[in-house]
Amino acid sequence: MEAVVKIENLHFCYPGDEAESLCGIDLEIEKGSFVAVLGHNGSGKSTLAKHLNAILVPTEGKVTVFGIDTADEDQLIQVRRNVGMVFQNPDNQIVANVVEDDVAFAPENLGVEPSEIRRRVDGALKQVGMYELKMHAPHLLSGGQKQRVAIAGVIAMEPGVIVLDEPTAMLDPQGRREVVATVTRLCREKGMTVVFITHHMDECVGADRLIVMSGGRVVADGKPAEVFADVELMELEGLSVPETTRLVHDLRQAGADIKGEALDTEACAKLIAEALKH
Amino acid sequence: MLKDITLGQYFPGETVVHKLDPRTKLILVVVYIISLFQATNWISYAFITLLTALCLKLSHIRARNIFKGLKPMLFIILLTAVLNIFYTTGTPIIPGWPITWEGIARAIQMMLRICLLITGTFLLTYTTSPISLTDGLEKLMNPLKKLRLPVHEMTIMLSMALRFIPTLVEETDKIMSAQKARGADFETGSLVDRAKAMLPILVPLFVSAFRRADELAVAMESRCYHGGEGRTRMKKLKFAARDIFALILGAAVLALMMFMKKLGI
Repeated sequence: MEAVVKIENLHFCYPGDEAESLCGIDLEIEKGSFVAVLGHNGSGKSTLAKHLNAILVPTEGKVTVFGIDTADEDQLIQVRRNVGMVFQNPDNQIVANVVEDDVAFAPENLGVEPSEIRRRVDGALKQVGMYELKMHAPHLLSGGQKQRVAIAGVIAMEPGVIVLDEPTAMLDPQGRREVVATVTRLCREKGMTVVFITHHMDECVGADRLIVMSGGRVVADGKPAEVFADVELMELEGLSVPETTRLVHDLRQAGADIKGEALDTEACAKLIAEALKH
Repeated sequence: MLKDITLGQYFPGETVVHKLDPRTKLILVVVYIISLFQATNWISYAFITLLTALCLKLSHIRARNIFKGLKPMLFIILLTAVLNIFYTTGTPIIPGWPITWEGIARAIQMMLRICLLITGTFLLTYTTSPISLTDGLEKLMNPLKKLRLPVHEMTIMLSMALRFIPTLVEETDKIMSAQKARGADFETGSLVDRAKAMLPILVPLFVSAFRRADELAVAMESRCYHGGEGRTRMKKLKFAARDIFALILGAAVLALMMFMKKLGI
């Protein structure tokens, strides 16, 4: 698979800080994949996200998106056009008083033809399921709806990668489900590459790849089932694992002969039934 | 109480008034205000009041919303009325009293004038989305760009300010509740005491507004905002036949009002 984002030996230090916030990260993100990044506050996950669309540029090392170096200031708009970014607080990223005007903001900045903007705005709103509310005032929407508008505002740029920096942190459970479902659909149906940053373990379960960050380093990287299976590491990082993974792990510790990993109840039941047959 | 603030509010609709080009509406509001100040007599006041009512009817704006908008101005309106009642010379209603018939008439006219003034501007903001309003403003002020005035920056600031009014109002309400929960008292005490009590509201509000502004700036840059250069708009402003008609009508009203003033009616 083609890598759309390449990060090589990335170091970053905020001006005035003594310690590095990111200390040596090497990553490649494949086209069309759903990558979840899990980590605690201060683990460097948001700092990493900000490197993907050149809000921050590396102190050392190199970040390239679609072959463009993010440190190249002449290509800034190209980088940002290709990597859409959704932030945590839905109120602080909506710029207009009407939903459709907000979604139009990015293509307007890019100088797209008016008729084409209209097509993109309608398309983006349909993809996130907000088309019916396109004339609404954003401040009257629920948190989950606002965040979907923010996602639409990014899709309207037609980016190859969409980075979501803790988009669910300020939402209620209903809103969180809406956002995760929308992003998953965009990835599976539209082939959008998604980088989903979160500290909710359960939102990572459906990802293709799970990256765990701590202290500015990548401490685990692999399929969610494999990463969660290392319960000791996850506990060391103070992160929780799915109940089913824990159950399988504890049974194995107690001497049960269970092969494989389970991320949901059904798979877990099957594994245990399998083990009982022996 | 803060929920009552109607500044910058917009009621979406499909009426003729909504469909008018924002530039037309901006010009018409200026024409309206000038016309309003030509009114000196009952007949001209009646005429412009009727005209305002007609526009309200056309725009399907409910009277309730207008009253809601007038409420915060009540104090100023009443103060103007009281001052006019007492400070106009003429025939007293009861000999020896400082209240004159002329004073009462003037007070009513002044109240009417302020109310109409506010109503007229509300008619503009209620029927025009802030985006098209600022777009119209930018287009109207375009010639000033030649004087190196940052017209685009000014209008985008205005539209952001309008966008964040409801958010900040909501936030103020939240902070007030939080401070009340900790025993803050905003309602009693002298004026100085009450002003001091506002400090624990203003400080967190300012801090959060700056944080919001910072995040908003990053979000805007992430969406490729790089100033007005090369920017296109989804909704292009277009003058239609109705705009020309409305402008001619506006000019006619202004001429008529000036004529009436000259005749003294």
